[in-house]
Amino acid sequence: MRHWKDWIAPFLLVFFALLAWEGIARFIGMSFILPAPTEVAAKLWELKVILFTVHLPATLQVIITGLMLSTLLGTGLAVWMNWSKPVEKAFYPLLIVSQTIPVIALAPIFVLWFGYTIWSKVAVTVLITFFPITVNTFDGLRSSSSQLRQLLLTMEAGRRDIFFKLELPSSLPYFYSGLKVAVTLSVIGAAIGEWLGAQAGLGYFSRRMMTQFDGAGVFAPIVLLALVGISLVLLVVLLEKMTLHWRKTE
Amino acid sequence: MMRNNQHGQAALQFNNVSFRYPTAETSAAKAKGRRNHPLRSFRPFPAIKTAVAGSQTTKSQPLPTHADQLLFDSLQFRVEAGEFICIIGPSGSGKSTLFKLITGLSRPETGQILLHGTAHDSLLGKVGYMPQHDLLLPWRTVVANAALPLELKGASRKEAEQRVTKLLGQFGLEHVANSFPWELSGGMRQRVSFLRAVLSGSDILLLDEPFSALDAITRLEMQEWLMEQWKRRRTTVLFITHDVDEALFLADRIFVLHDTPVRQLHDISVPLRRPRNAASLHNPELIALKQQLLELLRTKVKR
Repeated sequence: MRHWKDWIAPFLLVFFALLAWEGIARFIGMSFILPAPTEVAAKLWELKVILFTVHLPATLQVIITGLMLSTLLGTGLAVWMNWSKPVEKAFYPLLIVSQTIPVIALAPIFVLWFGYTIWSKVAVTVLITFFPITVNTFDGLRSSSSQLRQLLLTMEAGRRDIFFKLELPSSLPYFYSGLKVAVTLSVIGAAIGEWLGAQAGLGYFSRRMMTQFDGAGVFAPIVLLALVGISLVLLVVLLEKMTLHWRKTE
Repeated sequence: MMRNNQHGQAALQFNNVSFRYPTAETSAAKAKGRRNHPLRSFRPFPAIKTAVAGSQTTKSQPLPTHADQLLFDSLQFRVEAGEFICIIGPSGSGKSTLFKLITGLSRPETGQILLHGTAHDSLLGKVGYMPQHDLLLPWRTVVANAALPLELKGASRKEAEQRVTKLLGQFGLEHVANSFPWELSGGMRQRVSFLRAVLSGSDILLLDEPFSALDAITRLEMQEWLMEQWKRRRTTVLFITHDVDEALFLADRIFVLHDTPVRQLHDISVPLRRPRNAASLHNPELIALKQQLLELLRTKVKR
């Protein structure tokens, strides 16, 4: 565990940054351009009921559904590519190329396909989080040492044994780092999806506040989105610690 | 001594074994499970391919060095049951390849390898192998690591671990049963690795420089420990080493690989009674033998 003293430096940095922000915002005095942190906090309190009961659940639903789908699809594709060389050859280049497509620019098409349902937002989230999960898991499956593979072969291991007893455990740390990137991206994906058309959600709410020149109202849901991202990463870290308990602890 | 039963069946016998492809890393996957696959006789390098009777020639590719070099040329030897054989030779002389052939990771081009008088389709899973680096799975405890070969042979995880737990005492591992590999010293890790090789169920064990990464004192301890284990289990051991002293201390016979291609093994009996201790190596006969061995190894380097 980290000592409490380790937290002093980041805490002070955040404190002074907020202080500076507060000072500058008050100096400018135009809260629709730069609301002060205290104003944002006040807004958050003021809107707490609607934010926590309507918009946060809507966004969480998109994030969780999207993450589950892309984890399923991503690990599935990674395992399939690892299993079969032709599949790897067919999919891997496509996967890389797919990342050059600006997903965000592509997002409006999902509204055409799925309408204003949850699925247009989920599609954006999946598209944006699929890549880190797939590539990391695949690299992880490939990371197992060839010496270990040979050793297992001398014990008459079959392809299945090698997968379950060697490749899968070796890939777990890689999978988790992919997942950590994916959960942060999923928040972005959900927010962007909501911009394009939604009736609820933190991204949608933030944008609506913008049209009303409510600076603090724009920031309040963004603070919540950031908190969602942080909690998701912490959740993954916890999961990682629990499943990879064998790792050397410093 | 039990090794002079020349008329019985040898534990291990090489019959005119030739082999010419020292870097056959990928052949293991092919050897396993794809026996009737059309690509079975495929070799990635055309020079080798043409050597395989009846295979078609393809357009030429650049050859990596040594790829078509003959490594073993009609090699013959036999190892009797219960013998302790040390194999020494300079780097690149084919020691590890010899083990790859015996474990079944590589296949001889011609000739036969017999275990207890029987030829097998594939030797994978037929002998116990202890690699140079302990190669324990970092996510498994000592017990689970040692249980791996039992699991691969079809035992359930629980029953495999129960069998291992009963054996831990004999291997001096009872107090680290649930430790992970990184918590153990190098010597302890090698003990686990040895236990795992023993549990492969074979009475032939191949040990590939198992102590080379250990410090001198641990190494001596482990050599004595290994001697005890070998005496108790009566297994046949083939032990690769770089160290002439280690070979003299451990072996009944020493095989020297010193020429490429290897046509014959220099087969040297060690005239030392057991039990041996570190002082045994100081008798004049042994010192002369050591000189002779070093001389053999040196001629290779000069060329």
